[in-house]
Amino acid sequence: MASVVHYPGQRLLRAALWAFAIVIFSVQLAPLVVLIPLSFTSGTLLNFPIPSFSLRWYGEFFGSAQWLGSLRNTFVVGVVASTIATILGTLGAIGVLRVSPRLQPFLMALLISPMVIPLVVVALAMFLHLARLGLAASFTGLIIAHTVVCMPLVLIPVVSTLQGFDMNLFRAALSLGASPTRTFLKVVLPLIMPGVLAGWLFAFATSIDEIVVTLFVGGPEQITLPRQIYSGLRERISPTVAAVATLSTVLAISMLVVVEVLRRRSRRD
Amino acid sequence: MFWTVALLSAPLLFLATAFFYPLATFLYRSVDNAEISGSLEATGKAIATWDRMSGIPGEEVFRALVYDLSEAHENGRQALLARYLNYRVNGFRTLIMAAADAAPDLIARGTSYQSNLIELDPRWAERRYWLAIAREIGPVTSFYFMTAADLQIKDDGSIGRKSDEDALYVAIFGRTLLISITVTLLCLVIAYPIAFLVASSPPKTANRMMLFVVLPFWSSLLIRSTAWVILLQEKGPLNDLLLTFGLVNEPVSIAYTRSAVFIAMVDILLPFMTLPIYSNMKGIPTHYMKAAISLGATPFQAFRRVYFPLSLPGVAAGCLLVFVLALGYYITPDLVGGRSDQMISWFVAQYTNKVVNWGLAAALGTTLFILTLLIYLVFAWQVGVSRIRLE
Repeated sequence: MASVVHYPGQRLLRAALWAFAIVIFSVQLAPLVVLIPLSFTSGTLLNFPIPSFSLRWYGEFFGSAQWLGSLRNTFVVGVVASTIATILGTLGAIGVLRVSPRLQPFLMALLISPMVIPLVVVALAMFLHLARLGLAASFTGLIIAHTVVCMPLVLIPVVSTLQGFDMNLFRAALSLGASPTRTFLKVVLPLIMPGVLAGWLFAFATSIDEIVVTLFVGGPEQITLPRQIYSGLRERISPTVAAVATLSTVLAISMLVVVEVLRRRSRRD
Repeated sequence: MFWTVALLSAPLLFLATAFFYPLATFLYRSVDNAEISGSLEATGKAIATWDRMSGIPGEEVFRALVYDLSEAHENGRQALLARYLNYRVNGFRTLIMAAADAAPDLIARGTSYQSNLIELDPRWAERRYWLAIAREIGPVTSFYFMTAADLQIKDDGSIGRKSDEDALYVAIFGRTLLISITVTLLCLVIAYPIAFLVASSPPKTANRMMLFVVLPFWSSLLIRSTAWVILLQEKGPLNDLLLTFGLVNEPVSIAYTRSAVFIAMVDILLPFMTLPIYSNMKGIPTHYMKAAISLGATPFQAFRRVYFPLSLPGVAAGCLLVFVLALGYYITPDLVGGRSDQMISWFVAQYTNKVVNWGLAAALGTTLFILTLLIYLVFAWQVGVSRIRLE
């Protein structure tokens, strides 16, 4: 929505806002940018200037069973947890919008509560519970815990996509004789798909970066990438971390671009 | 109706079993006293007859305790009992361990349990240990919450503040609140103008700017925190820059200070402020401002009286998200801050992983949870959860 309000000093104000935004965006790029050159160092320290260019630390990463194992764990847990979270979150989002407006805020508050409750409380509660069930230090337990944390991040974008959805389409399909399941699969789902996909990516990004719950719930077999990074951070930051960071930044930017494309598509519909 | 229930049952059942139930049992742990009451059942019954007014309990209670300890010795619960009693009164550990080890022998010797136990360790004749047992024998205890509030029960039974060197957690809760409020305000001051700029730009420009707004959300929290340490350290790029331009004469140490915690947390949490504000601002019709100006308001008045009040729900949603997320932070302060910058979550983790004290971890966690819940409820009631939007 372009601003069409004209008033004296408007140009000056917008120039100042632009300058401010550029400064902030640059500062926020700094932590990502600083690690990229450092990941190509031939030395063992994360200091500038780097002695010479080398792929040594990428070799270290791809040659280490421990790093690759943690990468695999991250993706397995991330894909499974965010997929379950997406299914549950989408069902929840559709359900929330079908209840009476009086009940809606209450249900919504309940469904997104795992996001606002302090992570350490979520982590500790889930750990004690999973330990009682004999699921602590298991992939099943870790996936359950990640699903809980990720579900609100699916629910929020899907609810906002659904709010722009014309419920008459749903009624039309039903009145033309389609079964509710068929209506959902053929009418509702294709229309809300951009939101659902964005939700999946939100959940996936959260899961692959999750550390607090993973530290509490995961065992020695469930070392994920963040846990592997964290375990080495306290003593000395190895340039391998910079190499991992560079790779993960590439992944983050790709996910971000995909979500922006999806967002624009859902806008246009 | 059927479909609504069917749709909602899956996520709600999942959350109920995988989250709400574990949460409830966790909250109960903060008052749970099973480690003590479960091991000292006979003592609990016997000591109820003791008037606590003077002296120490009689032979009956000593006998019950010896039998309880003998049982604890047999089923291997004595160490746990000793540890939990030691939280109450320092020195209880050795007292219980020695008595439990000797319990089978004491039973074999028979009467008098009282004199035999005191002979084993004269501290059994001290009132304070018996008062602690009498007080802490119930199935629930307020002990952990009192510890979390820096309170203690004195020997005369009254509740008082701990001495300044023993008091710890009130100050840490204060610090947690202070850091969270500061981070929230800093985020608001930065995010509001940016959200305004994005919301009032042509769609194409706005979309490009949004990429920068959400970037921290998509990149890893661990990596961002680590990168800030590298950037801010004494031999880091920031100091290189400052020294080159002659802005400082010697390197400034920002890494591992409170400032570093603020910088890293604001950086990571900023999208959670910008997105709800932006989402709200997009919904404010531009002709409202135009109308106000054409009716004679100055642009500033129009902003202050028309635009700003309309943007408040977004501001509230952003502040809520950033504040509650900040309250629970511990990885980032752990990595970029110093010892005196650690927040309450860090201590909860400490009492879980390093020093195992479930009760205290649960009481600190529960206090944090209640604080967050109150803020969340006030927000849900006054503003509405639907204002929490991430696009």
